[in-house]
Amino acid sequence: MSDKPLTKNIIGFDGHTDLARYESLGGYAAVRKTIGRTDPDAVLELLKDANLRGRGGAGFPTGMKWSFVPKKEGNGHRYLVANADEMEPGTFKDRLLMEKDPHQLIEGMILSAYTISADVGYIFIRGEYHVAIARLQEAINAASASGLLGEHILDSEFSFRLHVHVSAGRYICGEETALLNSLEGKRAIPRAKPPFPQVSGLWGRPTIVNNVETLCNVTHIVANGADWFKSLGLGVDGGTKLFGASGRVARPGCWELPMGTPIREILEEHAGGMAEGYQLKGFLPGGASTDFLTPDHLDVPMEYDTVMQAGSRMGTGTMIILDDHSCAVGMIANLEKFFARESCGFCTPCREGLPWVQEVLDRIEAGNGELDDIKVLERQSQFIGAIGNTHCAHAPGAMEPLASGLKYFRDEFITHIEGKACPYQREV
Amino acid sequence: MSNIATDNPTNFLTEQEIAEIESEISHLPNRPSAAIDALKIVQSYRGWISDGSLNAIAELIDMSAGELDGVATFYNLIYRQPVGEKVILYCDSVSCWLMDGDVVCEKIKQKLNIDYGETTADNKYTLLPVTCLGDCDHAPAMMVGDELHHDLTIDNIEEHLS
Amino acid sequence: MPTIFVDDRAIEAKTGDNLLEVLLSNGIDVPYFCWHPAMGSVGACRQCAVVGYANPDDTRGRIIMSCMTPVTEGARFSVEAENATSFRNSVVENLMLNHPHDCPVCEEGGECHLQDMTVMVGHSDRRYKGLKTTFRNQYLGPLIGHEMNRCITCYRCVRYYQDYAGGDDLAAFGSRDRVFFGRAEPGVLDNEFSGNLVEVCPTGVFTDKTLSKHYSRKWDLQSAPTVCQACSLGCNTYTSERYGEVRRVHNRYHNEVNGYFLCDRGRFGAQHVNSPKRIPGAGIRNAGGLYEPVSIADALDKVKGLLTGKVIGIGSPRASLESNEALRQLVGADNYCNGMTSTEREMHGVILEVLASNLSVPTMMEVETFDAILVVGEDVTNHAPRLALSIRQAVRNIGQQLAADTGISQWHDAAVRELEQDEKSPLVILSPMTDRLDDIASDTHRLAPNDIVSMVEQIIEAIDEDKPSDAKDIASTLLAAKRPLIISGTSLSSPNILKVSANLAAALARKNPSTGIFLCASEVNSVGVAMIDNTGNAEELLGNRSETVIVLENDIDTRLGSALLDEVRNLVVIDAMDNPTTSRSSIVLPAASFAEAEGTFVNNEGRAQRSMATFNPAGDITPGYQLLSALGGDHLSASGWQQKLTAEHASLAGVVTCAPDEQFRIEGSRIARMTHRASGRTAMLADVSVHEPQQPLDTESPLAFTMEGNQTRAPASLRPYTWSPGWNSNQSIHKFQDEVGGPDKSGTTGTRLFTGSTELTGFELSEEASANLIGQVHIFGSDELSNEAAELSTLIPQPYARMSSATAASLEVSHHDGLAFGDIIMTVLVDDEVAERCVVYPMIPGTEALGSAQLSELQKVAGYTSPSDPLRPSLITTDRTS
Ligand SMILES: Cc1cc2nc3c(=O)[nH]c(=O)nc-3n(C[C@H](O)[C@H](O)[C@H](O)COP(=O)(O)O)c2cc1C
Ligand code: SF4
Ligand code: FES
Repeated sequence: MSDKPLTKNIIGFDGHTDLARYESLGGYAAVRKTIGRTDPDAVLELLKDANLRGRGGAGFPTGMKWSFVPKKEGNGHRYLVANADEMEPGTFKDRLLMEKDPHQLIEGMILSAYTISADVGYIFIRGEYHVAIARLQEAINAASASGLLGEHILDSEFSFRLHVHVSAGRYICGEETALLNSLEGKRAIPRAKPPFPQVSGLWGRPTIVNNVETLCNVTHIVANGADWFKSLGLGVDGGTKLFGASGRVARPGCWELPMGTPIREILEEHAGGMAEGYQLKGFLPGGASTDFLTPDHLDVPMEYDTVMQAGSRMGTGTMIILDDHSCAVGMIANLEKFFARESCGFCTPCREGLPWVQEVLDRIEAGNGELDDIKVLERQSQFIGAIGNTHCAHAPGAMEPLASGLKYFRDEFITHIEGKACPYQREV
Repeated sequence: MSNIATDNPTNFLTEQEIAEIESEISHLPNRPSAAIDALKIVQSYRGWISDGSLNAIAELIDMSAGELDGVATFYNLIYRQPVGEKVILYCDSVSCWLMDGDVVCEKIKQKLNIDYGETTADNKYTLLPVTCLGDCDHAPAMMVGDELHHDLTIDNIEEHLS
Repeated sequence: MPTIFVDDRAIEAKTGDNLLEVLLSNGIDVPYFCWHPAMGSVGACRQCAVVGYANPDDTRGRIIMSCMTPVTEGARFSVEAENATSFRNSVVENLMLNHPHDCPVCEEGGECHLQDMTVMVGHSDRRYKGLKTTFRNQYLGPLIGHEMNRCITCYRCVRYYQDYAGGDDLAAFGSRDRVFFGRAEPGVLDNEFSGNLVEVCPTGVFTDKTLSKHYSRKWDLQSAPTVCQACSLGCNTYTSERYGEVRRVHNRYHNEVNGYFLCDRGRFGAQHVNSPKRIPGAGIRNAGGLYEPVSIADALDKVKGLLTGKVIGIGSPRASLESNEALRQLVGADNYCNGMTSTEREMHGVILEVLASNLSVPTMMEVETFDAILVVGEDVTNHAPRLALSIRQAVRNIGQQLAADTGISQWHDAAVRELEQDEKSPLVILSPMTDRLDDIASDTHRLAPNDIVSMVEQIIEAIDEDKPSDAKDIASTLLAAKRPLIISGTSLSSPNILKVSANLAAALARKNPSTGIFLCASEVNSVGVAMIDNTGNAEELLGNRSETVIVLENDIDTRLGSALLDEVRNLVVIDAMDNPTTSRSSIVLPAASFAEAEGTFVNNEGRAQRSMATFNPAGDITPGYQLLSALGGDHLSASGWQQKLTAEHASLAGVVTCAPDEQFRIEGSRIARMTHRASGRTAMLADVSVHEPQQPLDTESPLAFTMEGNQTRAPASLRPYTWSPGWNSNQSIHKFQDEVGGPDKSGTTGTRLFTGSTELTGFELSEEASANLIGQVHIFGSDELSNEAAELSTLIPQPYARMSSATAASLEVSHHDGLAFGDIIMTVLVDDEVAERCVVYPMIPGTEALGSAQLSELQKVAGYTSPSDPLRPSLITTDRTS
C-alpha cells in the first residue's frame, strides 16, 4: 500500500501505463473484487466513511453527493461524468493523471458507476488535451476488450459504457451543470440548482459529476479501505492530494502529498523555494478563483477547512505564486480579463460586471486610474462576489483574488493611481 | 418541416464525416445532442466551419442552422472563420503571465506580423489566446496545432515556430 | 396557503407560486426582467433580488432571487433591506454599461420596462468610463425591427420564440458580454407569433415596424380596448391610433382567451384600416358607370327612396352583431340572411349545437391543461393561429407532471424543460398535408378530408371495440388521457369533419366526462351571426330577380360567386373597403372599420365581447349600424342595438352585460382614450391652426376621445391601455390582475352565451363529395381584411399546387412545373406529406375559382419558370447595415 496511491504508477516511470502494466501493478483488482460481489450500498458506505472530498475545487464530500442519487426505478439511464475540463488557470494536475495512468481513472469510474448504478459514463475532457484524449481512448478500448467495460462487466449483471467527450473549449464548461448542457450539445450555460444533477442531470436523468482526481481516489479507497485512506492525511481530511506550484519558484511542479501538508513545506521543500533573486509576495492557494494569501500564511496546512479559516479556499491545490518583481495589479488584471472573457453571458453581474472590473483594472495598471476607481472595484466585488448573487459560482470565484488583492495589496493600487504608472518594469 | 426540396447534407458532407457523426449519435439519446461532436468532426477535416458546413450539419442532426450556430459561436475552439494551417493557441493566463508570457507573445506577434485573431499572410498560422493549458509548471506555454510547446522564451521562440 | 413575512408584513402566499409572483400579486414593486408571467423563471437578470433570512434569528440574511424562490410557510424576506436595494441598483448600473443613451429616438421610449426599472431602483449616475459594445442589426422581415445595441441580454426573446412559440430561426449567439440575439442570416422571421417579441422584449431591441414607420410616442397614441378581427378566437387587443391611422395593436390580457400573446395576423392585420382601398365617402354610380361622390345625407336619402318594396339584406360574419341586427330589422327578419354560404351555415350550425350541448367546451387558456389532443382536419396555425400557441403549451403537461413528481416547481422553466426533454403529451393530427404543429405531434396522418371523417368514425368504433388499427391506437391514446380534447374547425370547409368530431367528443365524454371539444369557427363573428339567423339563404332570397339588395360588409362576389348579384337592380353596399362587390354596387356607403366603431362579436366558444372604437372616423365614414339606423329612422346608439339584440334573441341576452353601456362613469368621469401624458395632442394640428380643435364627443360609449378622465380604474372591458404609476410598459398588467396570471380585478371580460345542457344525440353525416383539390388557409393571405395590411400583404404566398410524387406522376407534372386552371397558374410542389390523390392550393386572392375545379381540369403549363419558393414571396433580405 503506497502512500502515494495516485502517482505510484507515474513516479519514476517515463512512459504511460497501459493495461498490462496497470494490471501487473495491481490495477483492476478493486473492480474484480467488487463488481457483482459487493453490494453497491456497501461501497457507498465505504466512501462516506472515508470522507473523500471532491478534488475539483469545492471539496464537497463525495459519498454524501452520491447518496442524493435517488434509488433506481425503471430502466432509464443514469450517468456518471468525469470532469476533466481542467481550465482553472494555474491548475495542472488532472492532465498528469490522465496522460500517465489513464486506467486509474477508468477503474475509479467503473467502481463509482457501480455504486450509483450508472450505466453510461462520459469523460468530459478539454479539447487541448490531445495526448490525454488519445490515451484515454486507447485505455477504454483495451478495458472494453478485456470485459472491464461494456455490457455485463466481468460477467456480472452490471453494464457500463464509457465515452470520451472532447470539449470545444471555454472555461465555464468545467462548472458541472454547464458541463452537462455542453454534453447535451447545447450552449454551456450553467443550470440553476436545485434541482441538483443527482436528481435531474444529463438529459434530465440522475447524474453524478466528479473531478478526475476524485474518481481516481475511489479505486484506492475500495482497494485499501476507509481507515487506510483516512490515515494518509495529516489533519482531518483523509487521503493525499496533488499539490502544485507555478510562478517564480525554483522548481515548479506537481506532487502527491498528504492532505494537510503545510504550505511552507510544499513551497520550500517540494518547489525548492523561490527562484533565485525573487521574494514571495503572495499566492493563490488553489487556482485563479481563490483568495490571495501572504507569506504570513505559510504555516497553514493545505486542507479544506484550514485554508478556509485563513481566508481563502484550497481550490484545486495548485498554487500560483506572486513574486516581488511582479505587479499585483497587473496579475489581478490578468485574472479578471480571463474571468470576463470566460463568462457564459447568462447573468448580469458576471456578464456586465466583470468587463467593467477589467476595464477599471486595465486603466489603473496603465496609470490612468483614479482613487474613486477603488470604490468601484469594492462595490463591484460585493455585488458580484457572493454565491447566490450570480447564477453560478464563476463570477463569485472571480472576485476572490480581487477582493483579497484589494485587501493585501491596496498600497500597490494607490501607487499606480498616484504615480500614474505601473511601478514594475517588465524585463523585455 | 415539409419534405419539399431541402439541402441534402450528403451533397455537402463526406461519407466519412457523416459516418463519424452518426457514430457519435448512436450513443446519444437524440440527434441534436451530437451538435458539438459534429462541428468538431467536420472542423477536423476542413479546418473551420463554413456556412455551408453549418447548414449541412444542422440538417443532418435535426437542428435549425440558427440553433446550431448559437452553439458553434459559444465555443472558442469552433472556428466560424477560416484559420491558417495551424492555429497557435497562446496561453494568456496567470501563470504564464507571471513568467513573462505576454512578453514572449509580443515577440511572436512581431515575428509573424499578426495580432490575436489574425492569420499570417502565408496562411500558415492563426494566433488565438487561450485559457491556461494546464502546463503551468513549464510556463509560458502554447499549442501549435495539436502540439504543446512550453518553457517559451523570447530567445527560443524561433525554434518553436519553424 | 403558506404565510410568509416580507419586511415584517404577513402575506398569504399562493401555494406553488414563486416569491416574485407573490410580491407582485400583493402590490409590492420588485423590479425584474427575465421572469415573464407566462414563461416562468430562469434567474438570468438577477434584478428581482431580495434578502432571504434562514431563520428568525438571522438578521443579516442573504441575497436571493425572488423569481427562483419557492414560498414556504413562515419564510422571512426583505425587499427594502439596504443590501437588497443596493444590489438591485447595481444590477441596473451594470446593465446600463453598454446600453445606448438613445431613449429620445428609441421606439420603446416612454413605455420601456428598462426605463421603468431604472427609475425604480434609483440608478442615475454613470461611473463606467469604458467603451460600449456595439452590434450589427439584422433585417428580420417587414414586421419586426432589430436594434441589438439596446439589448440587456435577459434571454426573454429566445425563450419566448424557441421555447414558447416553437420557432427555430431566432437564437442566441456568442457568449460573455457579446451575446447576440437574431437569425443565422438576415431574413424574414418564420414564426407566426413573431410580433410578441415586441412586447416580450423589455427594451427596444425588437420593435414593431408598422409603428416605427410613422413613429409616434406611446403616450401620444389614442387607444381603446378592441377585439381582434382576424379569426374566430376573439383575442383581446388594444388598438392605438394617431392622425386618423391605426398605429399599432398590442395584446390585451385576457385570462381565459388570449393570455399574454397574439398572432401576427391579428397584430399586424389591423393595419388594413389604413389601406388605400378604404372607402372615403359615399358614392352613387352614374349612368356612365362611374361613382360620383355625394354627401352621406344625399346617399342615405337616395337609399331610403329604394326601401319601398321588398328589400333583401345580406349580413356578414365579419360585421358586428349591432350592424347585422340593424340590417335585419331594416329589411325584416324574412328578408335577412347572415351572408354565409350554405356550407358555412351548416358548419356553424354544428358549432352552435355543440356549444349548446352538455359537452365541455374549454376556453383557449384551458386548452393548455388538456393532456391528449386530437386535431381533426383543422389547420390551427393558419386558421385559428393563437390556439396553436396554447396547444404548444398543452403538450408540455407531461413535463409539468414529471416536474411535479420530482418536486420541481412548474415556474422553474429551464429545469422543467430539462426534465421533460423530448417527451410530449400526445398530440395527434389528422390533416391532408403537413401542419405547422407537426414538430410537436406524437402522431400524424395525412388523409383526404373524406378519409379524415372515416378515420374518426373508426376511432369512435374503436372506443367500444378491441380491434387493432391506427384508429385503435388513437382511441387508446384518448381513452388513456385524464383530459382528452378534440379540436376541429372549419378550415377544410367540411361540415362532416365538424359533425364527426362532435360525435367523437360525445362518445369519449360518455367514458370520460372531462373530455373537451374546441371547434374553431370561420370569422370574427361567424358564431354571432349564426345565432341571429342561420337559416336565411342568400341564394334563395335572391332567387327571383331582386329590386334592392343591401349588402353589409361582405364581399359576396368572392364568397358566394359573382353570378348571384347579376340580376340585382339596386345594389347598396355598406363597407369599409373596396372589393369586387363594392365596386359593382349602385350606391356605396362608407362604413367605419372595427377601429372606428363599437361592436359586439361572438367568438368560437360563444363568448360575446365588446370592441370599442379607438378613434372617430374621418369625414362621412360611419359605423354600419348607424348608417342602417339612419335608414330605418330610429337612430339607436350601439347600446340601443344591444338591447334590441337581447330582446329579439333569447340566446343573445348576454350581449348587454358583456360591457357597461355609454352611461357608465367612474366618479362622474368618462374613461380617457389618451394617456395623461398625451403631450402632443395640442401640437397635432398646429401647422393648420394654433387653436386646438374641440375633441369629438363620444355619444356611443363611456370612453372619451381626450386625455381627461379615468383609466386606471376602468373595468377590463373598457380599459383603453394598461398603465400604472411607475409601470409604463405592458408589464403593468399585474397591477390590474387579481393575482399574477389571474383574472382581471374587474372580473373576466365577455359573456359566455351558452350554458350547455342539452344532450348531444349525435350528428348524421351528410353526403359530401370527395374533395381532391384542397384549399389551404394561409395565416397571411386567406383573410380578406388583413390581406390589405401593407406589411402582411408582402407575405402572401404565390399560387402553388402541392401534391405527392404519385399524384404528380398521375398528373404528369414534376416539381416546379406550372399547372393551370383557367387563368390561375400554380407552381407544382412535390411533397410526399400530402395525402394521396390530393392537390393542395393556397386560399389566397385570385384562387377562389379552384374551389369548384376538378383535378382532371388542371393543365400543365408549357415553358413555365418557377419562382424560387412560392411559399416565401421574394423579399429583399436586408434594409440596413450599421
Ligand atoms: C466556473 C467553474 C469552473 C469549474 N471548472 C472545473 C474544472 O475544470 N474541473 C473540475 O473538476 N471542476 C470544476 N469546477 C467545479 C465543478 O463545478 C464541480 O464542483 C466538480 O466537478 C465536482 O467534482 P468534485 O466533487 O469531485 O470536486 C468548476 C466550477 C466552476 C464554478
Ligand atoms: S456567473 Fe452568470 S454569466 Fe457568469 S458564468 Fe456563471 S451563469 Fe454565466
Ligand atoms: S426576474 Fe428574477 S432573475 Fe430575472
